[in-house]
Amino acid sequence: MNSDHSAFLRQTLLDAIAAGRPLAIAGGGSKAFYGRVMTADAMPLETTSHRGILSFEPTELVLTARSGTSLAEIEALLAEHGQTLAFEPPHFGEGATLGGTVACGLGGPRRAFAGSVRDCVLGCKILNGKGEILSFGGQVMKNVAGFDLSRLMVGALGTLGVLLEISLKVLPKPEYEQTLVFPMATPEALSAMNRWCGEPWPISGLAYDESWAYLRLAGAESAVEAARRKLGGDAAADGPGFWHRLKEQRGRFFEYPALGTDLWRLSVAPATPKLDLPGHWFYDWGGALRWLRSDAPAESVFQEAERVGGHATLFRGRSGDGAVFQPLPPALKALHRNLKRAFDPDGLLNPGRLYEDF
Amino acid sequence: MAYKTHPSERKHHAMERARFLDLLERHLPPDTLLSEAEDLRPYECDGLSAYRELPWIVALPETLEQVQAVLRLCHEHAVPVVARGAGTGLSGGALPVANGVLLSLAKFTRILALDPLNRTARVQPGVRNLAISEAAAPHGLYYAPDPSSQIACTIGGNVAENSGGVHCLKYGLTVHNVLEVRMLTIEGELVTLGGSGLDGPGYDLLALLCGSEGLLGIIVEIVVKLLPVPPYAQVLLASFASIEAAGAAVAAIIAAGLLPAGLEMMDNIALRAVEAFVHVGYPVEAAAIVLCELDGTPEQVEADTAKALGVLSRCGALEVRRSQNEVERRKLWAGRKAAFPAIGRLAPDYYCMDGTIPRRHLAEVLRRIGELSAEYGLPVANVFHAGDGNLHPLIMYDANHSDELERAEGFGERILKLCVAVGGTVTGEHGVGMEKLNPMCLQFPGPELAQFHAVKAAFDPKGLLNPGKGIPSLHRCAEFGAMHVHEGKLPHPELARF
Repeated sequence: MNSDHSAFLRQTLLDAIAAGRPLAIAGGGSKAFYGRVMTADAMPLETTSHRGILSFEPTELVLTARSGTSLAEIEALLAEHGQTLAFEPPHFGEGATLGGTVACGLGGPRRAFAGSVRDCVLGCKILNGKGEILSFGGQVMKNVAGFDLSRLMVGALGTLGVLLEISLKVLPKPEYEQTLVFPMATPEALSAMNRWCGEPWPISGLAYDESWAYLRLAGAESAVEAARRKLGGDAAADGPGFWHRLKEQRGRFFEYPALGTDLWRLSVAPATPKLDLPGHWFYDWGGALRWLRSDAPAESVFQEAERVGGHATLFRGRSGDGAVFQPLPPALKALHRNLKRAFDPDGLLNPGRLYEDF
Repeated sequence: MAYKTHPSERKHHAMERARFLDLLERHLPPDTLLSEAEDLRPYECDGLSAYRELPWIVALPETLEQVQAVLRLCHEHAVPVVARGAGTGLSGGALPVANGVLLSLAKFTRILALDPLNRTARVQPGVRNLAISEAAAPHGLYYAPDPSSQIACTIGGNVAENSGGVHCLKYGLTVHNVLEVRMLTIEGELVTLGGSGLDGPGYDLLALLCGSEGLLGIIVEIVVKLLPVPPYAQVLLASFASIEAAGAAVAAIIAAGLLPAGLEMMDNIALRAVEAFVHVGYPVEAAAIVLCELDGTPEQVEADTAKALGVLSRCGALEVRRSQNEVERRKLWAGRKAAFPAIGRLAPDYYCMDGTIPRRHLAEVLRRIGELSAEYGLPVANVFHAGDGNLHPLIMYDANHSDELERAEGFGERILKLCVAVGGTVTGEHGVGMEKLNPMCLQFPGPELAQFHAVKAAFDPKGLLNPGKGIPSLHRCAEFGAMHVHEGKLPHPELARF
């Protein structure tokens, strides 16, 4: 059932302001594990009934939908028109919504080659912590009127506002895809993946599981086949299955308990040599995104990420009451705190989900 | 052309210029500080030369510490600061304020590191856009965003304006091609936004900074993403008997699943002007032409070209030309790139608009622009980044004729209003700056402006960074709105009018 629940969401927020009670914004709950654990007294603010695709113009490559719209419904509509979400978002469960996807800002394997969630966000309507409904950006690709507050919402985990509507740039779906595999050791794989990325191959996925490098080519069939002949390697037994499992974190690396209690996500320069941390690695985005199964103390992971100019996130594991996201230097932290106050002066929206103190 | 600073957008301070110069000279060598009228003159405007103001002081620091010193002093004494790169901006974003420091980053011209394996360049803000691609070329890499001023404009300014170019549809704007920015806050604190990976920790302040027009901080170092140079590119030139047919062809190209590197359109006035200027053989009888560039591997370009040719012919193209080599490709583009100077030959002055619209409204918007042209008695040529909906109507006028300038401004405002009405925006890529403060009131009649001001205050509580630009004050909009009452409702009714 498609319906506009923004008035209800706003009233709930106004009541929460009056009562001084924090709210825990909840969509489909598929990414509830992600982020810090919030204070116990937060009242749930359900967004799933605020749903519906509001406009889709295949000739404009733009789709607008309410935040509670199911991600699967959006992907199905796009597929009907030969289009797709460039960032190949993970669902992590059946209930995944557009709002949760944008609030978490997570992209799948194609993100490194076709753009991130925030790259594709053109505009949004939000409910800020004062109960004001605000529209930023729009439905056009080029727009420099005012600060880009739409993109600021991406990955903010709902701490700056309740997402109500989002306009996204979408892309044509690749006509043809092929996945090649290459047996390699880690140093060789990191150098090969980055060399390939520096050359004009039609790449749409590049991963390494500590034994095999997986290279996905996408484009016109003639172009993919020509690239495949030049690159060598073997055709993967089940390319689509491999990329789907990687995106949804299925399979031995992500699911086998004995590999380590925690799953860390490290975002670093892609050619960075293997990091000095104990555990098992899985490389995506040609080396720019690194998954680590490990029991290493959080401080050591954050330190190692900082050493190479990147950042780490405790993606799954432990209780989440400790640090989940890379600690910020004081001046940057101060800007975050000020911004939070600018959107949510009473600190009612998802307090503590991103950082402990706001 | 006149501009008005609203009283509510001015920053006042009691500091005397001589005394402030003394304070600055304790941290900066004397030759990096300008205060004589003849030295200040070159800084009185940016690319929007109709707006002029002599700065109070110009500072040309050479080191990070010197920039920090300028900011700390300005912060302490509540003196406004306007950052400036190459001064090629088209909206008056770098227009000085009469009682503020114009902070030029022109001496920060070093490419600090080029990392071919990670495909990044670490550069100072005063590095020219094109210089990055030139430095990357030996590695087969380039920096994708290519604003038309790329020979002169600097990367710091590109970040501040979120500059585009003709290849945005496929390769994105500045925001899509920057990985890290080191920025000084107004307090002189150095912060790093983004990081070495594809995303950074915490809020996406990097995205917020792109296009913030110098209102949030001073950019001192940038890491940009480099891409492999496409091995092959081909351009198609299609002519059409009507604007509608050309617009429909653009939509059909996108619907067919093609993502051209460039997709441009010009109307008859524009293409006649261009042909008379550069003689590239454009079909001057056509009502409109579409330029469609496809790039990638030779096999991909061949497949895409075949598809595009089919679409164009089905859409009723009168003629399609296809570049057979690099010389021809450049020749077909040369006309488009010469469009602005070509229009400049038709009239003593022109006023370039920068609205963006959802493409499906193109025919309707162009028809309305035609009607407005008749109403205002001023000719207009349309050059259009069709792929991304960014429209550049060029209104021709003669500033020496009594009221033509005023008419051109009125005409321009009506065009922007039209863009907003069809769900577009008042500025696609040139920025708000000083020029589009009033149109911003049209686009944001609700509580959004107050949120913008709150974000500004989160970075710059005293409002010293580029004051009076980018975001109009609520008072300005209240007064402007009083002249543009919408459906009987005044915007910002909570404010007193004066």
